Amino acid sequence: MTDAVAPIDHAELRRARIVAGSYLDSEGGGLSEWLLATDHKRIALLYALMITAFFFIGGAAATLIRLELISPHGHFLTDDEYNHVFTLHGIIMVWFFLVPLIPATFGNFLLPLMIGAPDVAFPKLNLASWYLTLIGGICVLAAMMLGGVDTGWTFYPPYSTAFSNSNVAVAVVGVIIAGFGTIATGVNFVATTHTLRAPGMTWFRMPLFVWTIYATSLVMILATPVLAITLTLVAADRLFGLPVFDGFRGGDPLLFQHLFWFYSHPAVYIMILPAMGVVTEVITCFARRRVFGYAMMVYAVLSIAIIGFVVWGHHMFVSGQSVFASLVFSFLSFIVAVPSAIKVFNWTATLYRGQITFEAPMLYALGFVGLFTIGGLTGLFLASVPIDIQVTGTYFVVAHFHYVMVGGAVSAYFAGLHFWWPKITGRLYPESWARFAAALMFFGFNFTFFPQFILGYLGMPRRYHVYPPEFQPLNVMSSAGAVVLAAAYLMPLGYLTWACFYGKPSPANPWNAKGLEWQTSSPPPKRNFLRTPIVTEGPYDYHDLDIAPEPQARPVDAARAHD
Amino acid sequence: MTETALASRAPDPLREPWSDLSRQREAATLGMWLFLMSEMLFFGALFMAFSFSRALDPAAFAEAARHAEIAYGAANTAVLVTSSLTITIAVRAANAERATLATRLLAATALLGVAFLVIKGFEYRDDLRNHLFPGHDFALGENATQIFWAFYWAMTGIHAIHLTVGVALVLRLFWLVRGGRISLVSPQLEVTSLYWHLVDAFWIVLFPVLYVAVRA
Repeated sequence: MTDAVAPIDHAELRRARIVAGSYLDSEGGGLSEWLLATDHKRIALLYALMITAFFFIGGAAATLIRLELISPHGHFLTDDEYNHVFTLHGIIMVWFFLVPLIPATFGNFLLPLMIGAPDVAFPKLNLASWYLTLIGGICVLAAMMLGGVDTGWTFYPPYSTAFSNSNVAVAVVGVIIAGFGTIATGVNFVATTHTLRAPGMTWFRMPLFVWTIYATSLVMILATPVLAITLTLVAADRLFGLPVFDGFRGGDPLLFQHLFWFYSHPAVYIMILPAMGVVTEVITCFARRRVFGYAMMVYAVLSIAIIGFVVWGHHMFVSGQSVFASLVFSFLSFIVAVPSAIKVFNWTATLYRGQITFEAPMLYALGFVGLFTIGGLTGLFLASVPIDIQVTGTYFVVAHFHYVMVGGAVSAYFAGLHFWWPKITGRLYPESWARFAAALMFFGFNFTFFPQFILGYLGMPRRYHVYPPEFQPLNVMSSAGAVVLAAAYLMPLGYLTWACFYGKPSPANPWNAKGLEWQTSSPPPKRNFLRTPIVTEGPYDYHDLDIAPEPQARPVDAARAHD
Repeated sequence: MTETALASRAPDPLREPWSDLSRQREAATLGMWLFLMSEMLFFGALFMAFSFSRALDPAAFAEAARHAEIAYGAANTAVLVTSSLTITIAVRAANAERATLATRLLAATALLGVAFLVIKGFEYRDDLRNHLFPGHDFALGENATQIFWAFYWAMTGIHAIHLTVGVALVLRLFWLVRGGRISLVSPQLEVTSLYWHLVDAFWIVLFPVLYVAVRA
């Protein structure tokens, strides 16, 4: 069996570390060499810092929500304050955390490394994307400081255009600006994938993470502009008194909902597709297996991205759209579950007869598969018109999308963070702490959100802070789970920060993983590879085709033992 | 100053992370086409919303459209189509290393773009005088006529913003080429012209949609 590229020459990598240095080495420019960085790896770290900040701002809002819901009488916040808090939580978490979460961090860091390129196609545009997202985020935070927004993250008119007395326009402008950042990132990644693949890196030799980033980028390019124009019209209605969404003057608020969900449903796939990519990389590595059904995985990713554009009407079953439209959207929503299920079956089949080890990345990845499956299956409940009419606007919906977004995308983010941490920082993280955090996060997550399925099924509406007393036990349970979940999220912040300074140095390829990103030093040099790699085999050649994998000693074990 | 002198002073067009110019050009063009795809969805959503609203009340839309100033619209169509011609020749001239011709044509393109905006300004002035901005003193009767005019202002306004960006980009190219600050074979020329053509193409759709087709 041959390696995907020439075997690692450790002496050469050590020389590389000395000659080429790493992307983290100071160039003597102080802060400005980071704030003006065009290296994709540094920009990935800029995004990671920004996203972490937004995660804790959005998380603080979630904490307030769970605190408020402990009591059925809503003692702690006023009605108005509660509206502001869940709106802040939604806007920040959707556009400034989940959308950039994996594409802008791991996508930025790994896409060029995985295809054997020195950088993305447009490095300066890449930096501009970060600034656009940051400026957008600052606009939203400014809107909050100036008195907040109370429309919910969906900005539905006519409330948002004609009635709300809050800072809708500022927030909307912030989201539009961040949207241009997203589009620029998408353009950059698609162009990079098309034009910068190393010799021999054919389309069907690309790691599935690259495929998911590619598909996600296409969705970003095609969906985000529709959000931009829709929110522009909301801002125009508010600022200039246009009647586009004003039913009293011949406008149509439902038109907004169609346009909004034309973006916001594909946006779900912007969040989940890259997560699927991360999980594929982690599961193959920690099962020492070739991925089961590589080509089907590629087609599944692409069909999810395409079909995802034609299911938006399932958000509008109770809006008064025609029954025929509802039936068609329901049918298409069931169809989009097929490629998602293919992926789940393929991950399971990849585990079969694998040499599985349960390091932290694998724990997170396996957690993803379970939680995503629950989130996906409850999505089928909601795709079915009669059940959706029963549970629409309840905590059932809230629980469903948190299983996909938090249980899915965020778990995958932590899987990737631990998996590539040695590559990104050049240091190992403390394994026991990480495993404990992974288990705690899984437990805390289910503890928080499973009760919400029951609450929703019993009829508790979302966005209300006063509720019938019989719902209190489940709400207290959910809030208690949120405490556990918060602790589990704070732990990596602690031990990963510690590992930045005191972690043991990592070898170039601690997990013995395949993939070009492991064929360069940890952390990688400034232009990623000392010489352009030449690719001769597929991305998951962990074993010969007709032979099951063997247990292997991996460099990480030696590095951990070494003191 | 001779053109060869200009060319020799110009910096290398090759940028990070590229090792050869043809690949860089391919990526730059692809990147711009991807952005144009995005822009098409941006305007496409507007056109869709417009068509949907028009289908609800075609008579009111026809009535409203009769108040649009077709003379201004037609003049602007001519101006913008001409500007697309000038920028195309400018890029060809630059690729043939004819810097002087390229600079002149870039200047002409920017001027035509400004002319469009000036004509549009006069048209807006007339529209406002005729109380065609949706609101309390809106001149026409039915609700749906306000919707037509809401789309008119939104679509032409957003188009004008795009054109303003285009003029800025062309002026930047003019400044770069004239001072020899850019290689004449840099992909930036073609990429800028692609954007310009898109802004032109949107107008070519906007003009019949707002001024011509709905009147019938």
